[in-house]
Amino acid sequence: MTGAGGARPLLEVEGVSVRFGALNALTGVSLAIGRGEIVAIIGPNGAGKTTLINVISGFYHPYEGRIAFEGRDRTNLRPPDVAALGVARTFQNVALFKGMSVLDNIMTGRLLKMRGSFLLDALWWGPARRQELQHREAAERIIDFLEIQAIRKTPAGKLPYGLQKRVELARALAAEPTLLLLDEPMAGMNVEEKEDMCRFILDVNGEFGTTIALIEHDMGVVMDISHRVAVLDYGRKIADGTPDEVRKNQAVLDAYLGVAHE
Amino acid sequence: MSDALSLVLLGPLEDIGSNPAFFGEVVIGGVMAGMLYSLVALGFVLIFKASGVFNFAQGAMVLFAALTLVGLMEQGVPVWAALALTAVVMIVLAFGIERVVLRPLVNQEHIILFMATIGLNFFLEGFGEMLWGANVKKLDVGLPDKSFMVAGMQMNQLELSAGLIAAVLVTVLAIFFQKTRIGRALRAVADDHAAALSIGIPLKTIWVVVWSVAGIVALVAGIMWGAKSGVQFSLALIALKALPVLILGGFDSVPGAIAGGLIIGVGEKIGEVYWGPLVGGAIENWFAYVLALAFLLIRPQGLFGEKIIERV
Repeated sequence: MTGAGGARPLLEVEGVSVRFGALNALTGVSLAIGRGEIVAIIGPNGAGKTTLINVISGFYHPYEGRIAFEGRDRTNLRPPDVAALGVARTFQNVALFKGMSVLDNIMTGRLLKMRGSFLLDALWWGPARRQELQHREAAERIIDFLEIQAIRKTPAGKLPYGLQKRVELARALAAEPTLLLLDEPMAGMNVEEKEDMCRFILDVNGEFGTTIALIEHDMGVVMDISHRVAVLDYGRKIADGTPDEVRKNQAVLDAYLGVAHE
Repeated sequence: MSDALSLVLLGPLEDIGSNPAFFGEVVIGGVMAGMLYSLVALGFVLIFKASGVFNFAQGAMVLFAALTLVGLMEQGVPVWAALALTAVVMIVLAFGIERVVLRPLVNQEHIILFMATIGLNFFLEGFGEMLWGANVKKLDVGLPDKSFMVAGMQMNQLELSAGLIAAVLVTVLAIFFQKTRIGRALRAVADDHAAALSIGIPLKTIWVVVWSVAGIVALVAGIMWGAKSGVQFSLALIALKALPVLILGGFDSVPGAIAGGLIIGVGEKIGEVYWGPLVGGAIENWFAYVLALAFLLIRPQGLFGEKIIERV
């Protein structure tokens, strides 16, 4: 890591609020994520977890507060610009290119890594083809890493849900992100698939040093793999700490066990 | 019964065999017309691939481009300058469409975008005629227009060069969009806007590129058709001829647009010349649509279209 911004965290969310009409989806949420961390964002349904991911990845813009990435203010960037900074994400409801093969999906994830003008691409055969091969190799490495060799030619839309989630992770990894945002990577998976996904997340973090923020509902998984847990409830952050600290936090227990608010 | 069969099947085939040179002429005529259909269909395919939108206004864009070109030439602008200026106008139009029509409608249903293009269609027709008038105009960009004989076949220079230019353009575009990463980016955008954004594909840029290219394609189609039959309102209606081409080739396939255009161009010419007399002619008018209907029943995704996947 280059250490730009010194000891500052990789991502700083400061006092971010998001409103949809009269609904306060997020209210003054702050969250810092350090390099190499795995941070879980948890909370009951409607707590604002996905909204927070959407704000970080540029799909929503906060009406107050700021977001800094690698020490620089990045509050109002659009999604493609955020992606260009090295932030990759997956979606809660799987957003794959369904008509494309698994391999093409992953290759699409490398678009930002490819260079050269479109025109030269079309005319200048040699370098364009060499570049294609080089990226193809990178894609194959990811396919090996996530153990999806058998389905590389299958159209993504034909795969069962659990594998679609894995392909989506593959596409995100293809961009070689600094920060990886996973929105419920294990939703709808069986126990075995969840174990695989946990292993992949830990491996990505361990081998590539990728910083990961994930939303997850399975508390067992959250407590197992994350270094830190942030808890949202009704659009506010109510706790932030190690899994053990959060487990004992009274506000968290109240939120999950349904103590009446106010 | 067998008499009727032989009349319908064998008679025309005998005609074909008895005069191969004439048959060659018919086929070449069909290929020329087919290249022009392909060209119009290509405009649709490009936009459909990038935004999943069936651009109803493609025909109006052809008319608008041709009207602008003729209008500029009538003002005394030299041909080359008029061509360049019209190309610029089409690119400006693409920026305008992205800004005014597409951007506010991002993430809307396809049917809503489709309806927006219907509005665009009427706007372009009206705007073009308001600027340049509604009279039939003759378009002469200086392409040679003489007939000559090759191996006993009569050929026309204008048709030949039109077909050739269309072929070159179609080939370049096919390579451009199939073999490059923009092809992948296009399919990505067509498949899922949010996902495409998340991996760094700027929708705006893709849309402007695609609509600009569609605009240039419309210009070329407008020149070819305009040189053949004059620039008039009916140019906007060749969009209707492109529809069966698209059904045949698949809405999202560049090679499909080419093959579909050629099949329909050649098919309707052969049908008209050899089978037309048996049914009193006019086969050319319905051949494409009947073929398209048959395709819808047998292979709805078209010859080259991406397979329609539906989980049940």
